Amino acid sequence: MSILRVENLTKTYSSGSGPLTVLHNVSFEIQAGDTFSIVGPSGSGKTTLLGLCAGLDRATSGSVYLNGIRLDNLSEDERAAVRNQHVGFIFQNFQLLPTLTALENVMVPMELQGARNVEKTALDLLDRVGLAKRSHHYPTQLSGGEQQRVSLARAFANRPKILFADEPTGNLDTDTGDTVEALLFDLNREAGTTLVLVTHDLELAQRTGRILKMRGGAVVDQLVNERMSD
Amino acid sequence: MNFLFRMAWRDSRRSRQRLLLFMSAIVLGISALVGLNSFGDNLARSIDAQARELLGADLVLSYAKAIPKPTEDYLKKIGKNRTYEVSFASMTLFPRTGGVRLAQVKGLDGPFPYYGEWEVQPRSAVEQFRQAAARNERVALVDDALLIQFGAKPGDSVRLGTQLYFIAGRVLKTPGQSAVTTSVAPTVFVAAKSLPETGLLQRGSRIQHRYYYQFAKGQDVADFVKANEARFDKVGINQDTVESRKQQTGRSFADLTRFLNLVAFVALLLGCVGVASAVHLYVKEKVASVAVLRTLGASGRQAFLIFLIQTALMGLVGAIVGALAGSLVQLLLPRVFAGFLPVTVETAISWSAVAQGVGVGLLVAVLFAMLPLLTIRNVSPLRTLRASYEDDTAGRDPFRWAVYGLIVLFVMAFSYWQTRDWKVAVGFTGGLLAAFGILTGLGLLLINGVRRFFPRHWSFVWRQSLASLYRPNNQTVILITSIGLGAFLIATLTLTQNLLLDRVAFSGGEGGSGRPNMVLFDIQNEQKAGVRALVDRYKLPVVQAVPVVTMRLASINGRSVEAIQADTSAKIPEWALTREYRVTYRDSLIDSEKLTAGTVQANAGNMPAITVEKDYLSRMKLKLGDTLTFNVQGAPMATVVSGTREVDWNRVQTNFLIVFPNGVLEQAPQFQVLMTRVSNTEQSAAFQRELVSGFPNVSAIDLGLILRTVDEILQKVSFVIQFMALFSILTGLLVLASSVIISRYQRMQESVLLRTLGASRRQILWIQAIEYLMLGVLAALSGVILALGATWGLAYFVFETPFRPDLLPLLAVLAVVTVLTVLIGLFNSRAVLVRPPLEVLRAEA
Ligand SMILES: Nc1ncnc2c1ncn2[C@@H]1O[C@H](COP(=O)(O)OP(=O)(O)O)[C@@H](O)[C@H]1O
Ligand SMILES: [Mg+2]
Repeated sequence: MSILRVENLTKTYSSGSGPLTVLHNVSFEIQAGDTFSIVGPSGSGKTTLLGLCAGLDRATSGSVYLNGIRLDNLSEDERAAVRNQHVGFIFQNFQLLPTLTALENVMVPMELQGARNVEKTALDLLDRVGLAKRSHHYPTQLSGGEQQRVSLARAFANRPKILFADEPTGNLDTDTGDTVEALLFDLNREAGTTLVLVTHDLELAQRTGRILKMRGGAVVDQLVNERMSD
Repeated sequence: MNFLFRMAWRDSRRSRQRLLLFMSAIVLGISALVGLNSFGDNLARSIDAQARELLGADLVLSYAKAIPKPTEDYLKKIGKNRTYEVSFASMTLFPRTGGVRLAQVKGLDGPFPYYGEWEVQPRSAVEQFRQAAARNERVALVDDALLIQFGAKPGDSVRLGTQLYFIAGRVLKTPGQSAVTTSVAPTVFVAAKSLPETGLLQRGSRIQHRYYYQFAKGQDVADFVKANEARFDKVGINQDTVESRKQQTGRSFADLTRFLNLVAFVALLLGCVGVASAVHLYVKEKVASVAVLRTLGASGRQAFLIFLIQTALMGLVGAIVGALAGSLVQLLLPRVFAGFLPVTVETAISWSAVAQGVGVGLLVAVLFAMLPLLTIRNVSPLRTLRASYEDDTAGRDPFRWAVYGLIVLFVMAFSYWQTRDWKVAVGFTGGLLAAFGILTGLGLLLINGVRRFFPRHWSFVWRQSLASLYRPNNQTVILITSIGLGAFLIATLTLTQNLLLDRVAFSGGEGGSGRPNMVLFDIQNEQKAGVRALVDRYKLPVVQAVPVVTMRLASINGRSVEAIQADTSAKIPEWALTREYRVTYRDSLIDSEKLTAGTVQANAGNMPAITVEKDYLSRMKLKLGDTLTFNVQGAPMATVVSGTREVDWNRVQTNFLIVFPNGVLEQAPQFQVLMTRVSNTEQSAAFQRELVSGFPNVSAIDLGLILRTVDEILQKVSFVIQFMALFSILTGLLVLASSVIISRYQRMQESVLLRTLGASRRQILWIQAIEYLMLGVLAALSGVILALGATWGLAYFVFETPFRPDLLPLLAVLAVVTVLTVLIGLFNSRAVLVRPPLEVLRAEA
């Protein structure tokens, strides 16, 4: 079953010096449970593409189907509901809510779904990323790696069908990055979530089943990872 | 929904202090409102409870012109007990100290007051006075103000007309009289029966008769009044009952508290502007968090509600704190209003005022916070992916206009609720909008002006501080609006007060040396020569001497006054029909008059031709050529209106509504008014003493004394208004302080960066001092200029008097506001200066 289908996606920004097309006719499809990475040099349109796939923005033309739902016809609030139901996020700069504790940050997606008594689940998740003891700390009291682990816990909190990660280790040193990376793939495997990973790190991309290579806003190559496909 | 509240609560934890700071801006406004309203409620209750003491009787009947004998007899039979009072203005002389002035004389016959306490020192003096009155001995009780003025005391004597009275006591308070009324017309109380001997009752003076009645238990006053109303009205007897007095007093104080409520409301609105600007900065900071929430699937509405709940809760806290503070403020108010209160006000917490205050506070806080909060709905989740600035919060939002509309509507509704007058409500709202608009405009002008004409060659410190006036997140507009509005209020109050004093002083002859400052009234024909000789002996100038004949209106164009009164469609004011007209006669205009229509002529046909004041003509619905018939002390006299005059009432002249030609009234009973100019108080006193001895019935009005009295009253009034304005000013300062605190983070970063780059503390101090100096000066200047405009408008349109603003108090306002602004600004930046840059960076990051 296809969890994400992208058809002829084009995104044009109208800037001061005329229109700027940053995505040209991008199409691909991802099956449920796959791991998928988007690679390319900085400025090639990876983040733009990810944003469109997750329904954070609207394409100029083309369409996105997420779990069979066509996103381009939905309003921003309807897309927010879809995100809350089906999507998890991990960002390069963590994006924890600074005014909430680690525990509360993890609780937010569940609470947004209207769930109650979610503390236990959130604590379990924090425990899983090794931060149970830091549950009452605020983001400013955590290191970058710890913050990213909290955001991992948060990303899995609403049991998403698909997880989007934009350069999740981009702001971390190598060792910390490796820890977070390992956790990400472990958690993903356990939950059976589809993973869409944006990175400029080819080594990291090698750990996913399929790789989409981009340059200048266009897909230049799509390959199936030999190592993973056996 | 529950989640939203939880989120609002959790998110507020780290910024609660700051949120409270936003809301402290409304505390003062609310406390002023609640204080006033509680005081108003308490006052109304006190007036209710002490209504009988206000009147001192169950019923008071009064009349100023002769009434038929049967009616007079009837008045002596009404009620269970009654006190007759005759009152008139007369010169009073205190022989021991030589003090002399015009005062009110009240002759009493009976045990007034029936209700309430007549506060007299010593207490036994009241009894002494009543017994002496019954034996027809000459004993007086004298108002404290009068005794103080002339250094007299109980045991001294006071001279009325030809008789000396023993002063038995000092009157501190008479039922129903406030300190202000007694200072305008201080009274000497004597026995009514003793007055004929003084020679004051016979001629000239305008005499008011009054009966105070106490009814038997169970007798209904309202029924009695209803049964007799027609009969009394017909002969010109006024009826005052406890109920009518209560309503009248209640109404005038309700008007006063409502007006002051508007002043308090300005303070509240000022605070709300502060709230809006603080929330604006707060929202800017929260945008990143909102984007995350949106990414995680929160709807725009949910995100908006989380922060709305936060600010509303803080608004609620602010309003509750304000309401509690207001309940304390009201304890002060009886003292603030002391001079004006005819009753003693019992203070108690008014829960309705508290509830109203909390409601109003919450509502305005939410309305104003809504403006910046609205942008939250449009924050794009894309911000989580991209540091680059998305222009999602700048778009035009129709809801914003809806909120603006709601705010204007609310202000209008509130002012209508307070004043019950749509015109005032619209005027108040319009004026406020204009003031806000002008100040905002000035702020924007400053920003753009500095940016456009940026002095590139000035020193670094100057350039840096000027640049901060327009850098992103600047608070130029908000500070200029709030400080400016505060300065505007104080300046307007000062200017208006001076304007009123000037107006009195100007007409009081302080202006030119040729202007009269003393008026002698009621000079009888046979006294004319004697008074003139006295004036000459003192080498005083006779500025004007005019004859005055009193008369009443009998008919207009053949239609009797009674018929016109009965005709409700006639719309001619009652006073104009029933009053006693004081008329003079001459063949020409004087220099305070201008002919505006018709001619000045002696006769028209076979009737005397009169001229009337131009507004009188229109109010009486007359036209040139109409006939007016007067009753000149019994004799009818028909006249024709031949011309209209415009009269400058601001000059001390004997000005007249109606002027007869020469050759008609010379033989009618009349008296003379003489105006002169005394050069100092000693001369004035000596002259008046001699005048009183020789001509006891002649009254002298010393304009210097009137001026002092008016000044005293204005001082009291302005104290009340200033007390209320204080709330606006403090709110302005609070808004200033909170905007400085809120923008501290940003300033810290800048200053720290500058210091890292090598700027000295001194330079940074200067940069900030100059910035606040600019803001302070501009805000104060805008406020003062606005105040000049507003006062000019008042002078021109309301008081119709020339406006010569006194610059000194304005400069004081300017200086104080500016210095305060700079001090508060610098006080807050000291943190930047005393800590090492690195520490600051780490702490605030
Ligand atoms: N709001 C915008 N307006 C104009 N151009 C934009 C905007 N956002 C991104 N871009 C441009 O789109 C291109 C793709 O950006 P992005 O998707 O962030 O690339 P990547 O994530 O691959 O580094 C870049 O050239 C960037 O400058
Ligand atoms: Mg990117």
